[in-house]
Amino acid sequence: MSAHAEEHKTMTLKLIVWRQPGPKQPGRFETYTAKNITEHHSFLEMLDVVNEDLIKEGKDPISFDHDCREGICGMCSTVVNGMAHGGQERTTVCQLHMRKFKDGDTIYLEPWRARAFPILKDLVVDRGALDKVIQAGGYTSCHTGGVPDANAIPISKAEADYSMDAAECIGCGACVAACPNGAAMLFTGAKVSQFAALPQGQVEAPERVARMIQAMQECGFGNCTNHYECQAACPKGIHVKFIARMNREFLKALFRAKSGSHTFIGE
Amino acid sequence: MILDGKAPKGPIEQTWDKHRFEMKLVNPANKRKYKILVVGTGLAGASAAASLGELGYNVEAFCYQDSPRRAHSIAAQGGINAAKNYPNDGDSIYRLFYDTIKGGDFRAREPDVWRLAQVSNNIIDQCVAQGIPFARDYSGYLDNRSFGGAQVSRTFYARGQTGQQLLLGAYSALSRQIKLGTVKMFPRTEMLDLVVVDGEAKAITVRDLITGEIRVHTGDAVLLCTGGYVNVFYLSTNAMGCSVTAIWKAYKKGAFFANPCYTQIHPTCIPQSGDYQSKLTLMSESLRNDGRCWVPKKKEDARKFANEIPESDRDYYLERKYPSFGNLAPRDIASRAAKEQCDDGRGVGPGGRGVYLDFKDSIARLGEDTIRERYGNLFEMYERITDENGYKVPMRIYPAPHYAMGGLWVDYNLMSNLPGLFVLGEANFSVHGANRLGASALMQGLADGYFVIPYTIAHYLAQTKPGKVKADHPECLKSIDEVKGTAKKLLGINGNRTVTEFIRELGTLVWENCGMARSKESLTEAIAKIPAIREEFWKNVKVPGTGEEFNQQLENAGRTADFLEFAELLCRDALHRNESCGGHFRVEYQYPDGEAKRDDENYCYSAAWEWKGVDREPELHKEPLTFEFVKLAVRSYK
Repeated sequence: MSAHAEEHKTMTLKLIVWRQPGPKQPGRFETYTAKNITEHHSFLEMLDVVNEDLIKEGKDPISFDHDCREGICGMCSTVVNGMAHGGQERTTVCQLHMRKFKDGDTIYLEPWRARAFPILKDLVVDRGALDKVIQAGGYTSCHTGGVPDANAIPISKAEADYSMDAAECIGCGACVAACPNGAAMLFTGAKVSQFAALPQGQVEAPERVARMIQAMQECGFGNCTNHYECQAACPKGIHVKFIARMNREFLKALFRAKSGSHTFIGE
Repeated sequence: MILDGKAPKGPIEQTWDKHRFEMKLVNPANKRKYKILVVGTGLAGASAAASLGELGYNVEAFCYQDSPRRAHSIAAQGGINAAKNYPNDGDSIYRLFYDTIKGGDFRAREPDVWRLAQVSNNIIDQCVAQGIPFARDYSGYLDNRSFGGAQVSRTFYARGQTGQQLLLGAYSALSRQIKLGTVKMFPRTEMLDLVVVDGEAKAITVRDLITGEIRVHTGDAVLLCTGGYVNVFYLSTNAMGCSVTAIWKAYKKGAFFANPCYTQIHPTCIPQSGDYQSKLTLMSESLRNDGRCWVPKKKEDARKFANEIPESDRDYYLERKYPSFGNLAPRDIASRAAKEQCDDGRGVGPGGRGVYLDFKDSIARLGEDTIRERYGNLFEMYERITDENGYKVPMRIYPAPHYAMGGLWVDYNLMSNLPGLFVLGEANFSVHGANRLGASALMQGLADGYFVIPYTIAHYLAQTKPGKVKADHPECLKSIDEVKGTAKKLLGINGNRTVTEFIRELGTLVWENCGMARSKESLTEAIAKIPAIREEFWKNVKVPGTGEEFNQQLENAGRTADFLEFAELLCRDALHRNESCGGHFRVEYQYPDGEAKRDDENYCYSAAWEWKGVDREPELHKEPLTFEFVKLAVRSYK
């Protein structure tokens, strides 16, 4: 018996794809056929095949964001059959493989849809709002140089692991796309929680959470009403407990502001 | 021309400190008068932009992705080296310096490498202060793991996502400066030309990838932090958008390109599964801490399932050939060893291009949970791609193009031969010689950005008047016209073949003729064939759409056009270097046991090439390398 000599059967799939020429132009669904797809094609490699055909036919290929194609850069962003990244647990759409589909399937492709993410073209959206949330406070304000020795700040393994669980967020925005309210609470909560668990940057913790929440609102993101769709869609499995942590941090910040020890944004 | 790297002389331990004191400074009030353009926002670019903005310079930063957080530094998995010696296992700055020189097969400048080793410790401090959740032990102190080419544990890590965490640290520092207004960020903006005025780099021409607008940004210095060029092989572990374009445009404007033939083929990647494939995925070298590489001893076993092959019929070839480093042999050596086994007909998996990476023994020794805690995300990724469970069956791996040690030539101050043009991180050629050791890329990117450029750029700026060149300078207008002309030309060909077909054809040729093993014949053949592909490209490529819109095919066409020129330089450099060293393996130059044979008498220099025009041979300039502290020796990991 040969272990690796299997012949790959190919699939033909029907794609119904959102096409939109530009931010201000109306969009519509178009139907395409994906031919000669094997189970080893990644989802985006399947789209590459379709695009090669479209170019040869003299048609405009489908624009979609992608870069690392190994599930870490967070650039890819496609809603597949109504699910951000396609519904496989802890998987970005670039790591989704065609073995999850079968010959003859119809697949719907749409961009992230959220008020804070305007569509640029086809499946490409502008996620600059997520950068604005980080710019508002997603950092410790340390300077380059002049910091203590790394081992001068002991951190329990449990806290470091918790912080890392939150820090794994790749900023793809699937949480926003999956949320019926278009909220970025999981994204923001993850960053707030990463720092909340660590001694570094504690001096600015109240301002951090307040500024980031304010930026979130200014960018047009909605609020959390506990659907947990974000966690289900998250390719890194970021837990909704980080939203709760952010809310607690926000409350703590409010009390500290009331006691006069910190100025509070928005007051 | 004999090039001078301007590296400081004297006792190596004092070189950087002495040099820092001797460099000129820009006083705080004058810093805001200078504008610095930073292209690329990976570890090198983001850390440089953040640090320079913080110092008070006006910074403009550019990246082709939709956010600076996406740069491909993010994909580095295993870790970052530093000479902290926290494990008390004999490490020191000197040892990291020594290991890096030796790992690079004696083809890097000693003082540059010393500085890297010296500031490595500052990097870890900086990253911890930023709130990067490095792995810790139960005491709350930082944990270390081992990497190839070292006998100490000096690698700091954050699960299998160290690059991600370090990049997000630099990105958050950058974000803070953006908020403060010291850095202006231009995402989805690609540099398509360098503007040189009176021999100095003073502006860049960029394309706004959303609107298609082509415009010039002027400044007092330009920093290229645009990564490596191994997408010239088409299939590599790089992101799809990684290209040679920025440094190639600078090369065509007079910057020297050094050692392009030093390319790193990473030993542990997931093997290719078909022709449609768009990229290869790396499995962190850290897996070799606990995984053992083997192939069947008998050729007839290569098609069997791994578990059907008894222990006595398995060849743990790295442990056999390199008993003192075993599975942690450096990357170039481990890659060639894997190729050797496959060439011998003992490779496993489709096409026989794979070796096993087996965790059976580690799982028996440590338990599956420990292995999961260390590498869980890598096992998951492996399963998503291959549909195989690495805990139950050995992983299959094969070498893949991963990193470029070569890049633009820079002096000790990271400045190219063009005054005002600085090159940081993977885009330069400086510290890794002919082979980079694992966990050293992150170290270099952050060293250059946080702790080198903030000092060395001042030395240049202090001697130049701010705002010398305005956007309406004839050279700027000329550059805009050229860039617009190229786009128009690409869009107007309307041929029969897609951009992908060309880059795939080129990549396959370069991989086969200038990949893990190179010969005079293979390189001569490639040099003869590349111009023909290039010529056909400019006659027969089909780029749909217009230049005044979001057009990913046009972006790729431009990058491919540059690779079509660059590939030739890569092969020429490989052909001229009649020796084997590090990642450059010429089959004519090897010892009887297959190890790389260096020729220090004739090739102990960095080769810096000067552009002379398309279809004209570039001119070679040499920078001799001297080794005062680490004695030139045959590299042995046995």
